[in-house]
Amino acid sequence: MVTAFDEKEVTEILSLVKDPEIPVLTVEDMGIIRRLEEAEGRLKVVITPTYSGCPAMEVIEKDISDILTLHGIRDFDVVTEVFPAWTSDWISEEGRQKLADFGIAPPAGRAGEGGIASRAVICPQCGSEDTTLISEFGSTACKAQYRCRDCLEPFDYFKCV
Amino acid sequence: MSNPQTLFDYLIRLGDNSLILGQRLAEWSGHAPILEEELALANIGLDLIGQARMLLTYAGEVEGKGRDEDRLAYHRDSSDWRNLLLVEQPNGDFAKTMARQFFFDHFQYLQYEALSRSTDERLAGIAAKSLKEISYHRRHSSDWVIRLGDGTKESHDRMQKAIEELWGFLPEMFDMDAVDDAMLAAGIGDDVASLRDEFDMAIEKVLREATLDRPEDSWSVRGSREGRHSEHLGYLLAEMQFLQRAYPDAKW
Ligand SMILES: [Zn+2]
Repeated sequence: MVTAFDEKEVTEILSLVKDPEIPVLTVEDMGIIRRLEEAEGRLKVVITPTYSGCPAMEVIEKDISDILTLHGIRDFDVVTEVFPAWTSDWISEEGRQKLADFGIAPPAGRAGEGGIASRAVICPQCGSEDTTLISEFGSTACKAQYRCRDCLEPFDYFKCV
Repeated sequence: MSNPQTLFDYLIRLGDNSLILGQRLAEWSGHAPILEEELALANIGLDLIGQARMLLTYAGEVEGKGRDEDRLAYHRDSSDWRNLLLVEQPNGDFAKTMARQFFFDHFQYLQYEALSRSTDERLAGIAAKSLKEISYHRRHSSDWVIRLGDGTKESHDRMQKAIEELWGFLPEMFDMDAVDDAMLAAGIGDDVASLRDEFDMAIEKVLREATLDRPEDSWSVRGSREGRHSEHLGYLLAEMQFLQRAYPDAKW
């Protein structure tokens, strides 16, 4: 059976697509790409939005189309599915490290554990656990604003949802 | 098997609630009292508009007449809208916006929790997705009701007044008509009437903490399920729809 695409190759190509709002992360790191399928000889890339109103989804869809086209893949569809709902648990370990390095505190704990922060949110500047919530809403839907009580710096926290 | 027209009617009620309230919150952009609220109101508005896009897209597909989300959003007159009267009420001061949000968030949370168990998988998926966001919205508006209610005399009085001015819009949320009954029977919709007790308990708990009085049930207004709206919806639509009405199908 001849498949229309090489999964490993496509995954590698898609790993070039950055999250438009947090460009240190790829859409793969974010868990936005759910799976690759083949239907009637066409590649189907299934993606899911982080938040219902995420304004980056159209850009992400276009970036995926562009990069595949650029690599000579023509017969594909990018399909959005909302179920099961995206969770920050899908952010890869590598993605969490990249977030922290970039100055955004990664989700504390797992979404299943309930609540806004079931564990301490660690300051990405100095590593202190003595931090306090400023607002549950930040510059994008996926982030909240925190402040460190040790180094006094405000910082973004990637919500655990 | 449910009638597509009934499912369409049901879906636009849900979608219209989210879209009109999202538009109201967008009116705060550039006017919020503090930066954090500027961001919060815009984020909550975006979540709501995101929900509306999914629901209206689905409604358009169910109807099968080629109307997409934009067609439904920009080319319907006020008598064709099915959003609750509560969500079209003007922003007023920050207390009134928060009171409106507080009532809607608590209602929507309960409604979407029920809808996440809908036999309609697509609707259940949209509800489950939105529920995560609504739990943030609900916490945010409840916190503000408490902060303002249990704040200064001025903030307390304004919040009490806001709660009273909106109180009569609540009964409509829990009405069931033929569309609701049909959707409930099909396992698609939820029984909103059954949510009233849980709603009352949840909001009364917050009101107590906020040192606010639960208003008397002295008045109520209804009509959105038949397309009878307050005058405010027309002004909102005039602004929201202007560009697509003046330049149909304009793209940029
Ligand atoms: Zn610090």
